[in-house]
Amino acid sequence: MGSVTAGAEAHLDCGSGPAGVEVAGLSQRRLIEIETDVLSRNNRIADSVRQQLEAKGVLSLNLVSSPGSGKTTLLVETIRRLGPDGLAVIEGDQQTANDAQRIRETGVPALQVNTGKGCHLDASMIERAFPRVMPAELGLLFIENVGNLVCPSGFDLGEDAKVVILSLTEGEDKPLKYPHMFAAASLMLLSKMDLAPHVDVDIEACEAYARQINPDIEIIRLSARSGEGMDRWLQWIAQRREMLRQRALEAARQRLEKLEQGEAPGLKVL
Amino acid sequence: MASMHELSLCQGIVELIEEHARSDPFTQVTRVCLEVGALACVEPDALRFGFDLSARGTLVEGARLEIVEVAAVAWCFGCNQTVTLKQRGDHCPCCASSRLRVTGGEELRIKELEVI
Repeated sequence: MGSVTAGAEAHLDCGSGPAGVEVAGLSQRRLIEIETDVLSRNNRIADSVRQQLEAKGVLSLNLVSSPGSGKTTLLVETIRRLGPDGLAVIEGDQQTANDAQRIRETGVPALQVNTGKGCHLDASMIERAFPRVMPAELGLLFIENVGNLVCPSGFDLGEDAKVVILSLTEGEDKPLKYPHMFAAASLMLLSKMDLAPHVDVDIEACEAYARQINPDIEIIRLSARSGEGMDRWLQWIAQRREMLRQRALEAARQRLEKLEQGEAPGLKVL
Repeated sequence: MASMHELSLCQGIVELIEEHARSDPFTQVTRVCLEVGALACVEPDALRFGFDLSARGTLVEGARLEIVEVAAVAWCFGCNQTVTLKQRGDHCPCCASSRLRVTGGEELRIKELEVI
């Protein structure tokens, strides 16, 4: 805009915008580029949860599946084999505390989160829940998500890994029907393997579909009832725990080094 | 049955806009432009429904939701190039390889707002 010269008609109409009004401090209709990820708030909280868990070397696994896949049964059997020390569980369901009760019977602390009409857990729920069931250092936190193969896939809870459980009776094409969950998961547990002789399911095809969606996905066939594959599942958990322990150790070493080299602000060594 | 995580995503959108309005004051939002990747796991219709519901009683009420779809792209290790996919699990449209790494199309971003 040029400067006003003598004799020219000087006029500034602040009310000529689409709104037709002028309010101090507010402008007319305008565009704001905000370029913000819709999940940014959830992701920020998830990062903070992850940092707190990792600092203590606590491994957290987010278990996801459709309803009725046998998540809780598998979890109970997993806890039975691991022993209750250092374990904790957060149970997500729309209603009831039945699942948390089943877990508590194993001697492991469990907190039930009811989501009401919500179809998934989000990071702010975990942020509020985990300090109440935080396992001891180097412990293990299982988060059993709401039974749903769609909604939980996009919501980071601050977990170390998502583990998707697919029971054999659900049919081999589930990974293709619900690809987002299989893309987000690090491990697929193909469960209820004891039913293999009784159901008409192409297990090889099912695994191929999962890898088609996610080439990096690891797969373990297991059955909580017969015990098949449970050792491999426990081994997978042990490896994840060890990897996390190494990361926590490295972070602690770096912190120690900083403290050793550091000088407190304003403190002169005489 | 449609999944309804779109509703909580829309509540998140309204919260982000309200947060923005605190630092850069405006009284009403007239248009929200949203970038939705083809692999973002959201249904545009469910998003529109959830948006109108979440906007009620806020400064976003009555705003038009404009959805810009972003294509899904992946790097193909079979033919060493970037290719466009229709959906997750697709094979490479050029060489039919299944060795693909998704590089874009997962975004769900508020791109811009038109405000008064």
